[in-house]
Amino acid sequence: MSKRIYITGIGIISAIGNNVAEVLSSLEAGKTGIGEITLFPTLHQGSLPMAEVKLSTAQMLNLTGQEGSEDFTRTTLLGMIAAKEALNSAGIKDVSTLRTGLLSATTVGGMDRSEGFYKKFLEDPAKGRLKDVINHDCGDSTERIAAYLGINYLISTISTACSSSANSIMFGADLIRSGKLDRVIAGGTDSVTKFTLNGFNTLMILDKRGCHPFDEHRAGLTLGEGAAYVVLESEEMVRKEGKQPLAELTGYGNANDAYHQTASSPDGTGAFLAMTKALEMSKLKPYEIDYINVHGTGTENNDLSEGIALERIFDPVPPFSSTKSFTGHTLGAAGAVEAVISILSICQGMIFPNLNWSTPMKELTIEPVTQLLKKRSIRHVLSNSFGFGGNNSTLILSQPPQSV
Amino acid sequence: MVKQKAYINGVGCISPQQTIDNRLFLAEPVSVESTRLKAIDPNYREFVPPEMVRRMGRIIKMGVAAARSCLADAGNFPSPSGEGSGEGPEAIITGTGLGCIEDTEKFLGNMIKNNEEFLTPTSFIQSTHNTVSAQIALLIKCHGYNFTYVHRGFSFETAILDSLVQMENNRAKSVLLGAADELTTNSFQIQNRMGFWRRKPTDNLKLLDHLERGTIAGEGAAFFLLEGKEKPNSYAVLNDVEMLFHPVTTDEITHKIHLFLDRNGLKESDIDLLLLGRNGDIRFDPVYDDVIATAFPEVVSCGFKQLCGEYMTASSFGLWLASKILKEQRIPDTLFLQKKPEALKHILLYNHYRGINHSLILMSQA
Repeated sequence: MSKRIYITGIGIISAIGNNVAEVLSSLEAGKTGIGEITLFPTLHQGSLPMAEVKLSTAQMLNLTGQEGSEDFTRTTLLGMIAAKEALNSAGIKDVSTLRTGLLSATTVGGMDRSEGFYKKFLEDPAKGRLKDVINHDCGDSTERIAAYLGINYLISTISTACSSSANSIMFGADLIRSGKLDRVIAGGTDSVTKFTLNGFNTLMILDKRGCHPFDEHRAGLTLGEGAAYVVLESEEMVRKEGKQPLAELTGYGNANDAYHQTASSPDGTGAFLAMTKALEMSKLKPYEIDYINVHGTGTENNDLSEGIALERIFDPVPPFSSTKSFTGHTLGAAGAVEAVISILSICQGMIFPNLNWSTPMKELTIEPVTQLLKKRSIRHVLSNSFGFGGNNSTLILSQPPQSV
Repeated sequence: MVKQKAYINGVGCISPQQTIDNRLFLAEPVSVESTRLKAIDPNYREFVPPEMVRRMGRIIKMGVAAARSCLADAGNFPSPSGEGSGEGPEAIITGTGLGCIEDTEKFLGNMIKNNEEFLTPTSFIQSTHNTVSAQIALLIKCHGYNFTYVHRGFSFETAILDSLVQMENNRAKSVLLGAADELTTNSFQIQNRMGFWRRKPTDNLKLLDHLERGTIAGEGAAFFLLEGKEKPNSYAVLNDVEMLFHPVTTDEITHKIHLFLDRNGLKESDIDLLLLGRNGDIRFDPVYDDVIATAFPEVVSCGFKQLCGEYMTASSFGLWLASKILKEQRIPDTLFLQKKPEALKHILLYNHYRGINHSLILMSQA
């Protein structure tokens, strides 16, 4: 299990851009994607903000050449766009030349359409268009993305709440390491839905002003949507094809907080364990981490628990920021969205700011980066993703060697 | 590094049959005239703290109880909970096709009926797909690796693949592997409109006798404790798993089966029993006959979905059945075999979900 894993391609769509270049330019410009809700009518319009992808579902159908089709949910379309960009970015023209897998993560699947179906179905169980519910399950989005990319060797779907797509990257790396695959397109996709908006609202963890991660006066998260995928390839394949990878996945770890279904433990046990496992695998010392892309949802509970875990491991804590202040919390896509942003940090030598921050948290001694930092040598980035069910995941992404 | 084998050292199963008591083995199979089979609910309070039972959705109760029963069976219930003396599993890996649909429907229904007002969070919290494995982790204080796969007829199979990868590479010395799916009135109704189920009530034990359109709906939860060491209680070795996405021809399937067996050092004729995911649906069963005719003409075979019904993780019931057969070295009478296998060393489970997700699971006598 000692083989090295490289990232040779990335793709992303989020509230701050429909591709890697647009996302990067928004991150550099400090331009957030958080704004008014426009995608669906809801009671919360005007009172709660959201981070929507700036494309209608119809526009995405056009973009993917599926005009007029009813087979694609918003979650699926977001995934298709980002996964295709990742494949192109890795210069892969024919997926069938190697043993290629697709591991996609999602938490809502086709819920955007099932909501409409269910409304009619509740009135009369014989009503509601089946076409609106047939794509409900999580596996549907993955099978359609796989068909769009032409992948059929190994496909599967992961759902572990907000750490889902960090976990699909992790499992992809394990499958390559154990020799079962040569390369994997791994990541996740989630669209915003009325279901998730109301769900998080009942927990009273949505900040009416937009999220303020790691700020003393933070009042919750902001829901976002998006998709992101990375192309993972074995060292052997990268050598064979003479590719220059974008990054190396040097460490990863998943641990369970086993404290509460939704709340994080006060001492950040799960977060501490996930980061420790990832550091052990990477054989890096904490001081070698140049930047941390924190989970940083902006809820009172997460940021405190994560902050305590950071202080337990790092002394001093390296520069860190929550880019959820740009993208919103993209749930099942968040781990991959932030992995792509971490890779951009390495490739561009930049640390992206944590927007909406003004006051340090009184329980912590650490403060996030609030201005864009440029021309830095970023060799190792640690990225955290934590989810319901105490599911805590950490990825460590590193600068690849000059020649593999 | 020597690859760690995966011994199944404990099982726990809740299904439409009397399976929660591991001393029983389908001696009195449940037979009902219906289009759906409901899992037999045990007294959940025997398995889950009462304050937790009250809040939990049914799939969570089934999953947690099956997991609890499995760890008790293996004699490896962990000590932090104050009940056992074992170390508990180092990882929890599960699969579910549709997840916690009862809670999903509840939250969605309330949201629609109350126009997004007066909602409470419990059903939203529990609607998350990884709730079962998270609740197990919480119950036994397992801080290890915790993954949930949610891909139709590959949900449980990917959980097996991940379990084997974690074991083979010594990332975990023990894995609690499992699957759970629940059937609700609404999900049954929706899938009925999609043409999944039989039009007329059918005796489940005769489900495979006559092929028609549709099958019988089912549900259940099954858990397995995988450990690297053989124990007196070992049921079987879980050797390998393979998934085939949407194969078009029988040749494609039999070729993949051949490669699969070959990499495990076996030939088709080494298989003593072929457990098949037949569900009595005329659209989906003929492929099993084609595969038998091409690759396994001499091998004894039987179906298992007449006992558990059809659902996305039904193969987990199949794995439970195969585990029991290998341990007890006998096949229950209810499986109506055309002839008795000479030995019971290797069982191949071949299942497909609606012709799209085909899977192979290989197990051997411990």
